[in-house]
Amino acid sequence: MLKSRSELSALREEYSKAYAAQSRRLIVCAGTGCVAGGSMKIYDRLKELLRERGLSVAVELEVDPHGDIIDLKKSGCHGFCEIGPLLRIDPEGWLYTKVQLSDCEEIVEKTVLGGEHIDRLAYKCGCNTYKKHQDIPFYKNQTHIVLDQCGTINADSIREYIAVGGYTALEKALFDMSPESITDEIKKSNLRGRGGGGFPAGRKWEQVRRQNVSQKYVVCNGDEGDPGAFMDGSIMGGDPHRMIEGMIIAGIATGASEGYIYVRAEYPLAVERLRTAITQAEELGILGNNILGTDFSFNLHISRGAGAFVCGEGSALTASIEGKRGFPRVKPPRTTEHGLFDKPTVLNNVETFANVPLIILNGADWYLGIGSETSPGTKAFALTGNIMNTGLIEVPMGTTLREIIFGIGGGMRDGAKFKAVQIGGPSGACLTSEYLDLPLDFDTLKKVGAMIGSGGLVVMDDKTCMVEVARFFMNFTQNESCGKCVPCREGTKRMLEILERIVAGEGRDGDIELLEELADTIVNTALCGLGKSAPNPIISTIKNFREEYEAHIYEKRCPAGACQKLKKIYIEPELCKGCSKCARQCPVDAISGKIKEPFTIDLSKCIRCGSCIDACPFKAIKEA
Amino acid sequence: MHDNFDFSVTDKILSEYKCSQQSIIAILQEIQEHYHYLPREVFPYLAGKLDMSEAKIYSVATFYENFSLEQKGKYVIKICDGTACHVRHSLPILERFRQELGLSADKHTTDDLNFTVETVSCLGACGLAPVIMVNDEVYSAMTPEKASELIKKLKEELANA
Ligand SMILES: Cc1cc2nc3c(=O)[nH]c(=O)nc-3n(C[C@H](O)[C@H](O)[C@H](O)COP(=O)(O)O)c2cc1C
Ligand code: SF4
Ligand code: SF4
Ligand code: SF4
Ligand code: FES
Ligand code: FES
Repeated sequence: MLKSRSELSALREEYSKAYAAQSRRLIVCAGTGCVAGGSMKIYDRLKELLRERGLSVAVELEVDPHGDIIDLKKSGCHGFCEIGPLLRIDPEGWLYTKVQLSDCEEIVEKTVLGGEHIDRLAYKCGCNTYKKHQDIPFYKNQTHIVLDQCGTINADSIREYIAVGGYTALEKALFDMSPESITDEIKKSNLRGRGGGGFPAGRKWEQVRRQNVSQKYVVCNGDEGDPGAFMDGSIMGGDPHRMIEGMIIAGIATGASEGYIYVRAEYPLAVERLRTAITQAEELGILGNNILGTDFSFNLHISRGAGAFVCGEGSALTASIEGKRGFPRVKPPRTTEHGLFDKPTVLNNVETFANVPLIILNGADWYLGIGSETSPGTKAFALTGNIMNTGLIEVPMGTTLREIIFGIGGGMRDGAKFKAVQIGGPSGACLTSEYLDLPLDFDTLKKVGAMIGSGGLVVMDDKTCMVEVARFFMNFTQNESCGKCVPCREGTKRMLEILERIVAGEGRDGDIELLEELADTIVNTALCGLGKSAPNPIISTIKNFREEYEAHIYEKRCPAGACQKLKKIYIEPELCKGCSKCARQCPVDAISGKIKEPFTIDLSKCIRCGSCIDACPFKAIKEA
Repeated sequence: MHDNFDFSVTDKILSEYKCSQQSIIAILQEIQEHYHYLPREVFPYLAGKLDMSEAKIYSVATFYENFSLEQKGKYVIKICDGTACHVRHSLPILERFRQELGLSADKHTTDDLNFTVETVSCLGACGLAPVIMVNDEVYSAMTPEKASELIKKLKEELANA
């Protein structure tokens, strides 16, 4: 238990020395993606092999190591999961990709014992080989501030976090600053909420700090409900202490002594890492009563979500923590006044909190130097879709879509043509190529009717049907509508019905106008943000791709060739060799035939999934 | 049936959360983790212990999608249909699982209570889309063929258990 600032400083010095003295570090990625690829088996195998060679293996930072020690650590997600499982080799900073169990022996022999680089395991693109993580084009064009430790430090170790300078900002806030000056610094930095709205965090803190109430709360929104986004999950699972440090600082600034982290149910790994992190911080006296011997106390709890997207909304989230159904309520009163348990509450997003220690440590001026004029700092995005490199990225605010898609993302997959990018998930919009040079920040996006939202970026090629995209998101929001208010509950149902009809080839004259009318009503009358923003994907696709809607409705045709019910899939008898590969791929047994004779598709069974097209080695299956 | 129900698991969970009403969601989550669903018997029992109405506990349990009042299979297969997985064709995989197990959009669990098939929005492994999760294990870059192989493997595991 640390009882003073000097005790923490002394401990940091000790850990930093130990950290710098590590002669050989192997860091296995233990993010969700790499674990799915078998990284934990690789971890175990490496441990076993090293021990067999008589080497001591340290899985935690050892202050006083004896003899030859190999440090074997687990990190969080590096963001580039598709080249995983990843293994980072320090001190060289090499990155081994797509590591398999069978590679472990060679890694131990050549790299650990021989100090040799294994070329085969390095990332390759075209004719270039990239040894180090920071040389890979995907990473080179990014600016990692919030994510810079995700993937490099041991995500299970407070020791490593402290060794690399962790909890120095807490020290500064606790001993060198007043609640006012902390709040002022955050205000000056113009840190804006990363949960989507972009509301200045400092203003919220100020509102809570000013109220003379004995009990206040700090709540972290880790609900990350956007389907297809995983930034917050990666921060919580890859560098949990940074976010916790931000929350404690918010507690000092606002006079709150209790904090809650609300984590999405589907992130068991993040929950586990956060639990470990909280226990470790409590053991050191960094969380709990009388932190570092001061009279400031802060207790942190975890609430796990139970699968309701609407609980990402502030008032629904606090209701859920209280053990109630997650219904949003009418505002005002604001969360800053009547929040959790009806007390003044600071509610911020995971990424927002993770920025806080950096701002406190480096100052608001440093932060204002990054990003764009009105939106300083960086933003993490989940880059997915029909693009070469998919993954988690971090770029300065104001970066253009072109830089992201064609620089970091490496352009379109399989030489496809760029059609649109969906930004902001189910509350967001689809932007066309005319917006590629738009700087991404809160205000410019708002001007074109889009929003940064949670940070999901889905890149779509010309085979993507925009009406189907609109249907996909409407289906999501309709399912997640809590049903409290009529415009959202009934309106989204009607919109979904119409969209389902259109993609099924049963659209009618007047459907587009009806969609527009319903959208307008819902936007203006729904109670909470879920309903208010639910029509966004539809409004933006009608605006930018009206002719696609019209083709579905009036010509019963999907210009992108994507809508299943409007597709006809058939086998060209002259090309078919009767190998039966397609029939084995078909999920609904729609294909039949005799071996070595042409096969046929039963269109009444076929769900137009397209699997058979990819399966046929002779390209005999066509769609029209 | 009520008389035979063993409440020791529920009791242990309740004491862990100090019988606090505020923790009702966490309590239900832990009960569900143990039984893989919420047995009807626990509702009146919780109501008594937590001093809440049974209706209120039901209303919480039915509001959140993750709670199930129906018994689930030994293997709960969650097919991700988040944006990243959807654009990389998660639908045929869902279809294949349903077909292999004789399930549908309305019937999620096999009669022998071995398998449940459901969808979920994003498992946080979008870079490896399409992905699925079986109990707590994530499988990446799925195809309908891999889905069939997986079912075969799981059925063998069941036969050998
Ligand atoms: C339906 C709905 C879902 C939301 N989901 C999230 C979410 O998953 N994560 C998040 O941080 N904010 C979400 N928000 C925004 C929050 O209400 C809130 O503005 C935010 O957490 C505040 O933190 P920030 O200012 O740091 O962004 C959601 C809002 C709505 C209306
Ligand atoms: S807008 Fe939709 S989600 Fe929000 S309160 Fe109304 S019904 Fe519920
Ligand atoms: S498109 Fe899909 S459902 Fe139709 S025949 Fe091919 S594999 Fe079967
Ligand atoms: S995979 Fe191609 S060649 Fe083989 S049976 Fe099917 S259509 Fe014919
Ligand atoms: S999980 Fe390893 S890089 Fe994402
Ligand atoms: S969308 Fe499937 S894992 Fe994210």
